[in-house]
Amino acid sequence: MTTESTTTEAPVLRATGMLMYLAMGIVFGIILTKSEVISWFRIQEMFRFQSFHMYGVIGSAVLVGAVSTLLIKRFDVKTLSGDPIEINDKPYQRGYNQWFGGTTFGLGWALTGACPGPLYALLGGGVSVIAVVLFCAALGALAYGYLKPSLPH
Amino acid sequence: MLDVLSQPWPWYIAGPLIGLMVPALYIFAGKAFGISSSLRHACAAVLPSKAAYFNYNWRQKGLWNLIMALGIVIGGFIATTLLANPNPIALSDATITDLSALGLTNFNGLVPAEIFNWQNLLTPVGFLMLVLGGFLVGFGARYAGGCTSGHAITGLSNLQKASLFATLGFFIGGLLVTHFVYPILF
Repeated sequence: MTTESTTTEAPVLRATGMLMYLAMGIVFGIILTKSEVISWFRIQEMFRFQSFHMYGVIGSAVLVGAVSTLLIKRFDVKTLSGDPIEINDKPYQRGYNQWFGGTTFGLGWALTGACPGPLYALLGGGVSVIAVVLFCAALGALAYGYLKPSLPH
Repeated sequence: MLDVLSQPWPWYIAGPLIGLMVPALYIFAGKAFGISSSLRHACAAVLPSKAAYFNYNWRQKGLWNLIMALGIVIGGFIATTLLANPNPIALSDATITDLSALGLTNFNGLVPAEIFNWQNLLTPVGFLMLVLGGFLVGFGARYAGGCTSGHAITGLSNLQKASLFATLGFFIGGLLVTHFVYPILF
């Protein structure tokens, strides 16, 4: 997730806009939960190459996302409010942060059995101890923020 | 209808729906889909910080992402109550065999109840998996510039080299833990 979104935003965020994000989050949370990709067991199954399920989910999501992104670019699709859609490149320097950060994330992904989206869904799913995991994830982001100037990127 | 929705959703339904989050967010809001930046926004919102990384207008840049994260929590609640699947997850036999060999016995629910509980937080295994694991997820996602949603879904959908390397990194880390750390841990 990048948030380096440069989309200009109305100075006052309208409540309706925020409700839309809430609704999209709810839909996403339901999909993540019902497809069982928030399951620690399913993540273990994936890293052991013992089921196609996770690969099917990720693969078909990327395929649909890629075709959609291509169509948006090709036909210069606008946002609902009529603004041009900016699809920014992911910042890339030497790749150190993708390799080191990515691998670090992967260690945590297999340990907790969840990435950030599923962590939120698990919390809603009643696994209360996930609150600690999320808190520690925020601490990890905080640590990165402070260490960023001295880490290779 | 609820009966159908209550069944586990197969990958060919769930995957394309997740993929549609990408254009939906572009078209409805002009935003790039991603979740892990919510962790950064939460830090920026809560802590007055000297680090440049947290000095930006989080309301303008990140409030939408935090609201979406809240929505995911609510979605998780709805899916496990209204749409709850009464049966255990249909894991492959090979996985159950492997995890049983590690000493796990309870395969009900979304997470292993033997590990994911408050009492376990201060045991070595619980601390490593929940506390350190959570830290690594947050640190790694921000260091890599995205998580599975931002890099593996949105970034790969946009054919980004950075996202390909990050996603390969995700799997390298995951495979290391699964095949080298877990056998030692349990």
